Amino acid sequence: MPKVYVFVTLKPSLLDSAGRTVADSLNSLGYNEVAGARIGKLIELEIDNPSEERIKQMCDRLLANPVIEDYRFEVVG
Amino acid sequence: MKVAVIRFPGSNCDQDAYHALRSDVGIGAEYVWHQDRSLDGFDAVFVPGGFSYGDYLRCGAIASEAPIMEAVEQFAQDGRPVIGVCNGFQILCERGLLPGALMLNVERKFLCQNVELEAATKRCLWTAGVDRVISIPIAHGEGRYICDDETLKRLNGEDLVAFRYVNGNPNGSTDRIAGVINGRGNVLGLMPHPERATRANLGGTDGMLILKALTLIETSSR
Repeated sequence: MPKVYVFVTLKPSLLDSAGRTVADSLNSLGYNEVAGARIGKLIELEIDNPSEERIKQMCDRLLANPVIEDYRFEVVG
Repeated sequence: MKVAVIRFPGSNCDQDAYHALRSDVGIGAEYVWHQDRSLDGFDAVFVPGGFSYGDYLRCGAIASEAPIMEAVEQFAQDGRPVIGVCNGFQILCERGLLPGALMLNVERKFLCQNVELEAATKRCLWTAGVDRVISIPIAHGEGRYICDDETLKRLNGEDLVAFRYVNGNPNGSTDRIAGVINGRGNVLGLMPHPERATRANLGGTDGMLILKALTLIETSSR
């Protein structure tokens, strides 16, 4: 069955406090080259005959919050 | 006067709200399950705090699409009183009944403490009785109020900020916003918990100054 990968990311203008923790933690492990980290979500959907319009609806209605997040998706297979 | 206390899987402030309304505010309250579709016979809606649907996806996101939320949306659009506290605030924002969103606290800690609040508007029933700085508890990990600059301008221009934190900004909210109302002023969302501050032996009674607004509402109960 085709898979749809939905990538949900925080809008670039927003402070990602969890991402900051990850960057701080990497720095404390000695990876000082890490200047920042931002955390998003990958949602993997299994959809028979995926329709781009309906996937967009799913994203707008539930999977992403347009106030704080952006999304993009890829249909594979 | 009867308030619908909405219960989702994972709500955990539903009993606090129910008992505060009945025993302390002295009005009627009944639980309404999220799968129900009707609010007939109710005069107000209380969307309580908790971790509806385990906070999966985003806090409040899945609850905002529950069957009862269509009735809550209609209730709100009819200009009738709706209050959402903590996760209830997140749910109302996710549903689009209130502007903005709630994000992870700026210092990433779950905060469980009393906070001081000021009523930032006088144009709604919810803040009419709040004539001084009040102290009520917060208990949340994701309570940082966020909105874009245009929305913030509208909130301030149209007097839609209901409550602001004073003497600090515990979660890093935009403009110290602790609660907002919709354009008509009938829908309030706030992170602090008025229903946890209704008796002296709970640590204070300042929550009553918000909840007693419900006693002033004209009822349609038959």
